[in-house]
Amino acid sequence: MEAAVKTHPGLSEIFNEDENRVDWHDETLWWIRQKRDKSAHSIPEWEQLRETASGIKNNVLSNLAAYLISFEKNALANGVIVHWAADAAEHNHIVHTILHKHGIKEMVKSKSMLTEECHLNEYLEHHGIGVIDSDLGERIVQLAKEPPSHIVLPCIHKKKEEIGDLFHEHLGVPAGTSDPQILTEAARQHLRETFLTRKAALTGVNFAIAETGEFVVCTNEGNADMGVHLAYVHIASMGMEKIIPERQHLGVFLRLLARSATGQPVTTYSSHFKRPRPGQEIHLIIVDNGRSIQMGREDFRASLKCIRCGACMNTCPVYRRSGGHSYHYAISGPIGAILAPNLDMKKYADLPFASTLCGSCSNVCPVKIDIHQQLYKWRQVIVKEGYADTSKKIGMQLMTFTLSSPLVFRTAGKAGRWFLKHAPFAVNNKLNPWFKHREMPEAPAESFGEWYKKQERNKKL
Amino acid sequence: MKVGLFIPCYVDQFYPNAGIATYKLLVKLGVDVTYPVGQTCCGQPMANSGFAHLTTDCDRLFVDNFAGFDYIVSPSGSCVLHIKDHLHSEEEADKALGIRKKIYELVEFLVDILKVGNLHASFPHKVGLHQSCHGQRGLMLTQMTELVAPYFSKPGQLLAQVKGLELVELSRADECCGFGGTFCVVEEAISSKMGKDRINDHLLHGAEYITGSDMSCLMHMEGILKRADSKVKVLHIAEILNAE
Repeated sequence: MEAAVKTHPGLSEIFNEDENRVDWHDETLWWIRQKRDKSAHSIPEWEQLRETASGIKNNVLSNLAAYLISFEKNALANGVIVHWAADAAEHNHIVHTILHKHGIKEMVKSKSMLTEECHLNEYLEHHGIGVIDSDLGERIVQLAKEPPSHIVLPCIHKKKEEIGDLFHEHLGVPAGTSDPQILTEAARQHLRETFLTRKAALTGVNFAIAETGEFVVCTNEGNADMGVHLAYVHIASMGMEKIIPERQHLGVFLRLLARSATGQPVTTYSSHFKRPRPGQEIHLIIVDNGRSIQMGREDFRASLKCIRCGACMNTCPVYRRSGGHSYHYAISGPIGAILAPNLDMKKYADLPFASTLCGSCSNVCPVKIDIHQQLYKWRQVIVKEGYADTSKKIGMQLMTFTLSSPLVFRTAGKAGRWFLKHAPFAVNNKLNPWFKHREMPEAPAESFGEWYKKQERNKKL
Repeated sequence: MKVGLFIPCYVDQFYPNAGIATYKLLVKLGVDVTYPVGQTCCGQPMANSGFAHLTTDCDRLFVDNFAGFDYIVSPSGSCVLHIKDHLHSEEEADKALGIRKKIYELVEFLVDILKVGNLHASFPHKVGLHQSCHGQRGLMLTQMTELVAPYFSKPGQLLAQVKGLELVELSRADECCGFGGTFCVVEEAISSKMGKDRINDHLLHGAEYITGSDMSCLMHMEGILKRADSKVKVLHIAEILNAE
């Protein structure tokens, strides 16, 4: 795809060429938002739970260094091998080194958005190591050679017929199969073979408990367990913000996570990993990759409270109609739009603007991240750092000049209404994006200001 | 009680009737209301586009025009929220802070300050209420559907006092219409699609009019309705609350 097209507005326009698909995508995700609402409403203390989770995460961010050190100490005592990675390259190198040491050429993977962030699959494939994503959705996008479009529902953009076509091509199911039951069974059979033959398994980490040195992986399909139980080497990759202080805090997060994500009361599996089995190695990689920088940005550090539930995506009216790939970053939707600019402000300058600032994301967030306010604040930073395009800059300066002076404003208003010339919604031609799908407002005979002055004069007479 | 009327720039220029209805309604309710003629804009179009640093003069002008009133009232949730959250002045910090505390969107002023219980208005039509996001989630005019909290609706409370008005239920009570300021042109494809979808919800439930407390959202939806040659009209909530 050409670089010029690879912005949120450009990619969204392409996605919107097929309106039926947009409607289907919107309805599917809205259905999940409704499931989330129903589930949340079954917990009378829901808002208190969010507040508690937010408080715990604030505490973690304020004392992260100390918690990480105590987590490492306890994990080491449990027999886990701990690695620290400053960035994606270091993370990928560590994974490769571990696999190389054991002479492993194929690895099974489950539940990790961090490895998407680090582009691990491409890196390992480049080094001759095959990676099989074992979660069904992840596997589907992997077969389609696409990135996930959603952090919890990676192939939510694909219809079952399209999945049938992919499985026909790659797994040999009969052409035209679209029954989810048959497709799932085909994937199961295919993956079973993978699980039985792979010697290494990589998982993500949902929660790392400082107090005990254990970590928890939440899944629905059980593939993380299946992979890990059959492999001699378990590699777990975690963002350094995944810490929670004590095991008792887990209850708060487990109650929130699945309800926010899909409306389930809890994920099917919440697997605790503490120490390796005899003959097994557990490698835990704690990854920074820009998180320290984000910690230093006072306005944006709260973004690191995220527990990756995806609720902000399901509720976002823009995401539902633009699809996850329009965000051109591993983590899409509102949360992606406040995380991505931290890593590359120029490349992701468009993302904080891919929002109406409606605020629904902040309201569903189980850890109460002020997402829409951070979107607003990123806009200010991006403009100040010089990443706004020039035409927008000139327009804004002209608008500011006019709106800063009542005289200029009124004169401009009178001369055929200044707004008719400069407001984006008022120019009636094909070059104006407003006019593409909308009529312009009609200019009234007089402005409110003119009406007011007239009636004030009449009052005095 | 001296009330300063703040009419947002685009309402002044394009929708004077919303401003006139607001003014007349306040006068009818016995409020001493003045429109300071030196006003222009709250600065939100610049700030939401990332140019908050260019709003100093708009802010100064706003403070000059409105610092002297007991209350400032405006028929726009969005502009009021912007002032509440962002108005600042280096030279007159106290005045700016004072304004942030005493500015009200029309509906919340009628309900929370005037405590209006009987409007003497009549509008015998089926009406859909569009909950504009900044009024909804910023000023909390109606309980937000995302939260687990008791229901209330300030605009609903007022519309219930209008004789003959039938409020239609919507499938998505507080979904954004996609206007979003400059979002409406920068993200044209999504913006129009969101507007279209929002309108369809109203149409499916038989609305003859779509109302709300933000003219900007209504302007966006009106543009789409007109393009489709729809008979359904948009009206600012002040125009309905003032209808006899």
